[in-house]
Amino acid sequence: MTIDTLTPDSDTASASREPAPLGLLGYLRCAQGIVWREALRFIHQRERFVAALVRPLVWLFIFAAGFRAVLGLSITEPYETYILYEVYIAPGLVGMIQLFNGMQSSLAMVYDREMGNMRSLLVSPVPRWFLLSSKLVAGVAVSLAQVYVFLAIARIWEIEPPLIGYLTVLPALVLSGLMLGALGLLLSSIIRQLENFAGIMNFVIFPMFFLSSALYPLLRMKESSPLLHDLCLWNPFTHAVELIRFALYAKPNWEAASIVIACTAVFMGLAIFAYNPSKGMLARRGGPGRA
Amino acid sequence: MQPALTVEGVSHAFGKKQALDAVDLTVQQGQFCALLGPNGAGKTTLFSLVTRLYDNVSGTIRVLGYDVRRQSSQALQNLGVVFQSRTVDADLSVMQNLTYHAALHGMPAKLARDRAEAELHRIGLADRARDKIRALSGGQVRRVEIARALIHRPRLLLLDEPTVGLDIESRQEIVSHVRSLVETGGLGVLWATHLVDELDQRDNVIVLHSGKVLTQNAAGALIKQTGEADLIGAFCALTGTKPPQRAAALA
Repeated sequence: MTIDTLTPDSDTASASREPAPLGLLGYLRCAQGIVWREALRFIHQRERFVAALVRPLVWLFIFAAGFRAVLGLSITEPYETYILYEVYIAPGLVGMIQLFNGMQSSLAMVYDREMGNMRSLLVSPVPRWFLLSSKLVAGVAVSLAQVYVFLAIARIWEIEPPLIGYLTVLPALVLSGLMLGALGLLLSSIIRQLENFAGIMNFVIFPMFFLSSALYPLLRMKESSPLLHDLCLWNPFTHAVELIRFALYAKPNWEAASIVIACTAVFMGLAIFAYNPSKGMLARRGGPGRA
Repeated sequence: MQPALTVEGVSHAFGKKQALDAVDLTVQQGQFCALLGPNGAGKTTLFSLVTRLYDNVSGTIRVLGYDVRRQSSQALQNLGVVFQSRTVDADLSVMQNLTYHAALHGMPAKLARDRAEAELHRIGLADRARDKIRALSGGQVRRVEIARALIHRPRLLLLDEPTVGLDIESRQEIVSHVRSLVETGGLGVLWATHLVDELDQRDNVIVLHSGKVLTQNAAGALIKQTGEADLIGAFCALTGTKPPQRAAALA
């Protein structure tokens, strides 16, 4: 195949033309493009969607059924009556979906860096903090779709929060999604190679999930080990789960919300620092694509 | 008229390894400039500094007069780049890759589609717009990357060994395509390569060796200056490569 004779349009790289400043609209188009690409990627990877749903559903259908008889739950906030174990762990499983989604985004960033795709993102004239924030928002949007499908299936399984809860949980999901996505971004700047991602499973996802209130009330944990109880309290994921738990029952939990917002700011700040060419990990390591 | 690219006194090191040492070079608008050097000379490092993937802590780099450190947004708006490694998303279609790039430059969707169609027509791939990248040949992917780099109408185009791994016909097509862009569109092009057969006597050549710019001159003038018969000979004379190694000097 031969290349057509070149007849560039009138505005091709003319020496006199200055590019217009990007402005707010340009930034929004950039963010829209990043979200759109993530959505396309998500649609192309249907198995990722299925895997993201199967994981918490296995916990709900099998694990929770088995533990229902073993674990008695007293009445604790936000619940107003005795609840089944399935009802208790549902918010934790929602958190699990977002936790895995955040780590999946991190994996995708590392993959992009190894494959070289990230270079095309980072040479955008839009500031890097905005690019990373857009990536974060895109990841949260994907996690919201996963969570609501899970909640719909869970309702069939008699996990029935008040209907208003599906609305009030939305801001909580956005906050927890941002926090876990920001953590994923930070980790993606630290992970040198794709192979190291297994370490993330062992050292981040599992400890965060099990050292939290996702599967058991913290009071129960305190009875078993005060030290583990304290560690659970230091775990940001605990507060994300409690934020979701309360919001799903249309009750605010300002303490959890504050902690989640603060952790999001810290993780995002560190991620932006790490991706800054003059300060962060990329400069020390040799840039994206050199992992 | 501002030069498309000005690099002054730029050094860069990875730990103790000095990758670039006080590099000075200029690429004018409407000029095809070859950055000639063997593997490991520092070409990719220089590109990473110009594209702001690394930070230049010494010296200055200006694109169309914009300092890439202090005015990085304006500098990157004027810059198109084709990296050595493939940077298109293989799972997306050709058109989706192009419009994604346009969005990253803040372009409206319709303008992006129009320009993408124009660029695809120009490189003879208009009929492949809906195909996924993984369905294209290596040469076609390279052309898509060049088209993508031009969508936002930059005035400086950087290409980092864009023909490596391609067959002879694809290489020739890409070289002549980029030369046409220079001649008809007024682009400034910095073409990093270690393949001298891609250059001709009129080209401005920058010889980069062990992180240092040894010379910047027209290819014909370099040959005259060194008294050699061809550009390979001139390169070997400049870099001190011994005659028995000449054939492999630039490999």
